[in-house]
Amino acid sequence: MIESMPLASIVGGLLIGSSAALLLVFNGRIAGIAGVLGGLLEGLAERGPTEEKRWRVMFVAGLLIGGVVLRGFDPAFLPGPVGDSLITSTIAGLLVGFGTRLGSGCTSGHGICGLSRLSTRSLAATVIFMAVAIATTFVVRHGIGVTA
Amino acid sequence: MTSKTRHRALGRDAIALVAGLMFALGLGISGMTDPARVLAFLDVAGDWNPNLALVMAAGIAVVFPVHRVLLGRKAPIFDGKFHWPTRSDIDRPLVLGAVLFGVGWGLAGLCPGPALVGLAGGQPGLLVFVLAMTLGMLAHRKLMAQG
Repeated sequence: MIESMPLASIVGGLLIGSSAALLLVFNGRIAGIAGVLGGLLEGLAERGPTEEKRWRVMFVAGLLIGGVVLRGFDPAFLPGPVGDSLITSTIAGLLVGFGTRLGSGCTSGHGICGLSRLSTRSLAATVIFMAVAIATTFVVRHGIGVTA
Repeated sequence: MTSKTRHRALGRDAIALVAGLMFALGLGISGMTDPARVLAFLDVAGDWNPNLALVMAAGIAVVFPVHRVLLGRKAPIFDGKFHWPTRSDIDRPLVLGAVLFGVGWGLAGLCPGPALVGLAGGQPGLLVFVLAMTLGMLAHRKLMAQG
């Protein structure tokens, strides 16, 4: 079911990198999704259109529209979560939301933008969240008697 | 507001919209919006699919040289200054946050970008994930506000 498509991963990565580069060159902003969304949520508490809010709204709108476009090409781009446990989705969502804000970034902000800036903070964060995600997957799939 | 500042503001909006769109397409094409594939990447002890490492590598291959060039510049094209992150210390919140994020990512195979893009798919599990993620972010904000 899971096809091996290295070329698609490279093309997709180049697009993501180009998006981040565009945002840096023109707007001077870091394309870290947790930071963009978190900053937007904080901005919503303040009244009126502020510059901090504006570009974030536009970027998130672009992400959402991109999802609609992908779905238009092929719904298989957006298959949704594995399994149908809403409890897992809730716990995972809470951890990802809280954790990325506490840790100042996610896969894009630390993993792509931060590593590109040779930030030791981002390197530490990326090594930690990758290692913990791998360990978590291992425990879920191999560690509690369930064969994946 | 002078016409130049207005044009720059519109430019920033347009760039942000296009960048968001490109980012979403990149996530979709690369396979990052498929949690099953993300989990197959994280499952190094199973039927490991290392392709997704190429997503990060390709992204860095673009951003790294661009960042080098920008270091020699005073300001981006549509703004008065670069909004670079200022912190450089590895503190406890960074470590703890990365740990919590790692657990969540490993449980669901979803990180913030693919979760937002995936909303268009309309699955209840994904909607619940995004709502919980938003709550998690708001909870963090509330906690920080209380000090």
